[in-house]
Amino acid sequence: MTTKNEPGKTYLMQGNEAIVRGALEGGVHFASSYPGSPSSQVLGMLGHIAEDQGFRAEWSTNETTALQSCMGASFANGRAICIVKQNGLLFHGDTIHCGALGGVKGGLVIVSSDDPDSHSSTNEFDSRHMAVSANIPMLEPASVQETKDMIPYAFELSEELEQMVLVRVTTRICHGRGSVTLGEIPEKRPFTPIGLWDRMVGINWLHGFLLEKLERAREAFEVSPFNHYTGKEDADKLIITGGTGMKYVQEALEEYGADGEVGVLSLGCLWPLPEKLILKHLSKASKVLVVEEVDPFLEEHISAIAGKARLNVEIQGRADLIPSIGELNPEVVFKAVREYLGVEPKCCGEGCPAIEGVNIPARELTFCAGCPHRASFFILKQALRQEGHKGVVMGDIGCYTMAGQRAGQYGYHFMSCMGSGISAAEGLGQLTNYGFDQPVVSLCGDSTFFHSVVPGLINAKMNEANILHIVLDNSATAMTGFQPHPGTGQTAMGFETEKISITALCESLGCRVWRADPFDVEETKNLICKLIGMKGLKVLILEQPCATLAAKTREKKKVWVDTDICRGSNCGCDGYCSRVWGCPGNIWDFEKNCAAIDEVVCVGCGACASICPSGAIKVEGGDAK
Amino acid sequence: MMTNVVICGIGGQGNILASGLMGSALVEMGYKVAVGETYGASQRGGSVMSHLRVSDDVERGVLIPHGKADVVVAFEPVEALRILRVYGNPETKVIYDTRPAYPLGVLIGEDEYPSLEDIDAEIKARSSVSYPLPATEMAVEAGNAKVANILMMGALAALDEMPLGPDDFFKVLEQNFHGKALELNKEVFMVGYRRIKEGGAK
Repeated sequence: MTTKNEPGKTYLMQGNEAIVRGALEGGVHFASSYPGSPSSQVLGMLGHIAEDQGFRAEWSTNETTALQSCMGASFANGRAICIVKQNGLLFHGDTIHCGALGGVKGGLVIVSSDDPDSHSSTNEFDSRHMAVSANIPMLEPASVQETKDMIPYAFELSEELEQMVLVRVTTRICHGRGSVTLGEIPEKRPFTPIGLWDRMVGINWLHGFLLEKLERAREAFEVSPFNHYTGKEDADKLIITGGTGMKYVQEALEEYGADGEVGVLSLGCLWPLPEKLILKHLSKASKVLVVEEVDPFLEEHISAIAGKARLNVEIQGRADLIPSIGELNPEVVFKAVREYLGVEPKCCGEGCPAIEGVNIPARELTFCAGCPHRASFFILKQALRQEGHKGVVMGDIGCYTMAGQRAGQYGYHFMSCMGSGISAAEGLGQLTNYGFDQPVVSLCGDSTFFHSVVPGLINAKMNEANILHIVLDNSATAMTGFQPHPGTGQTAMGFETEKISITALCESLGCRVWRADPFDVEETKNLICKLIGMKGLKVLILEQPCATLAAKTREKKKVWVDTDICRGSNCGCDGYCSRVWGCPGNIWDFEKNCAAIDEVVCVGCGACASICPSGAIKVEGGDAK
Repeated sequence: MMTNVVICGIGGQGNILASGLMGSALVEMGYKVAVGETYGASQRGGSVMSHLRVSDDVERGVLIPHGKADVVVAFEPVEALRILRVYGNPETKVIYDTRPAYPLGVLIGEDEYPSLEDIDAEIKARSSVSYPLPATEMAVEAGNAKVANILMMGALAALDEMPLGPDDFFKVLEQNFHGKALELNKEVFMVGYRRIKEGGAK
């Protein structure tokens, strides 16, 4: 992402980069985030440029601390930006409501990235409802250029209203690229001293002011440059879009030759809605199609506007022409527009040969080559098998969430939101005192541990939980791209900071703590069996760094199969290394009928050597780690 | 003028970097470019693709409609087929790396990977022209398997659908790489470029 001050110059920019550039052009003083895809990259990029550009960027322990830090920076009239994904915004719940009541001084912008179709999430929650609930203004860009332009606008608006502003983006914005013409990077504004009687206090007597601010936002939105109307004036057929909908609609209208007869109102200001602007177009229309990401948010609020104005207009969208779940794409929008217009599909019937296809194998997600989680779940499953499969495993959110699939031997029974595993386990484990007769195991990663497991662990300790809690410590926030967390000793700006030890933290609470290496398969399995049999709260920390991260610094050892030893399908193991272990580095040589290592994929961890019953897998230097 | 290119493969093959560099080179030349990255949790071995849309007048949405790819560039054979079936049409051109990456289900023995001959036959039947390239092998020969993505961009640039030449791409490479890495990237780009120009079609 360019930090050059060259207004008017055009670059290809990713949406996440555009957020960074927008923050820079908005004169940001403070940026904070907890990583969450699709916007995980934003703070990392801000961290890289922060020192040179004279602002502070930090990874926060979780989304709530991130937003609260931004509120602090805003108090001194600093401009602050908080970047989260939809779950992070929900994690903000209390803070955003109380914060909105108290208002802000310096501009405070929250960017929330939704993930329609849940490409890299467990859900496709719609952030927009939060703006309504907290009574704060909300914007949503329709292109990468608008994303960049909206951030400085949101800072200005936030200061004008003394209110935080939410900018909602979606995966196709964050991970789309488009041309962006740069604006100017301003000088950093000095801070304002906080006086004896200055206050930022969220208290109910401000409720009226909160709503007044919202009405002032509505007035600003009536004339905002982020709402555009194109197409026929006074159109009878009107399509209203939010976010990514606009470009799909434009292409669909061209496809069906209807771009002249339909009006398209693209709304960038989503809450409070610019009612006068909407009514101006709505009152001329008899039939409206609303195209937006995830919930029928605009559809329902616009229906309410039409209802209050007693308009006789048919409004369609997510309720009928567009599926009520999943993201927008050309197929969904083309079909909806076609049905809305009442035209025939353009079929490629001729020219599309009917070809019998070969079987294409599915490419399911798996742990990376050399991932320690593969070993951890392999061991856990073996230990539970030894205990007659009675153990119940409560999972959490991270790379290891994939353990619910084949990659992790279908390794857990329960998974919900971040930090939930340990507390759900605590509740379940308490029932063992009342006749529930199954051992309970909970899991979390190291980043999740700091994010939201600590209060759960304290709760488990205080209530004398009967559980085994396993921390899968791979020294990384791996799922989102290796962002630093409190245990890594790194900050977003690249400085070193004192590492917080998970072991020491657990011990300080009085927990009994064990540490093991998941690559010591046999030893760790025996330890887990022992711990499952013990009463009370036990914490086991499985330590082995993320393979993808380690591969960047560690010298790769050669791992190979000694084909004189491997007995191939004649061995009773039935292809244990490739079939059960399931590392992409362990492949099967169908010609030679024996195991093999894919040297391009293998990271050289050597863990597979310890599971081969014949000892045919060899590691350079003889060390399996 | 409007060209739609799907660049596909599996996570970790440098698909997103390649499409970003190609897009940047085209923007430098004044084209309107949109790129969509479908990544998911693709770092973990899933299928991944980028949509590159180049136009001389309008910046499009970031996704190519089904059946409208002019070119499919695949870093893996079955991924070529997977994408071609959905985004291809009889006029589509295909460039693909012939090195298979086996999915988990195949390694476990629950699923079968089709033969390269069958894959090639279906790709041919579904496209106007196809270019099988041992790109990873050629990249390893040049010094590093990881630059296969740039080799494939060289091959892409050699097609008439792409309005750019090696020098246009090198400008962007020079902004992003230095020293040995830059030289290696330039070298493999030309390996791919020449391979197509000299006729690698089947």
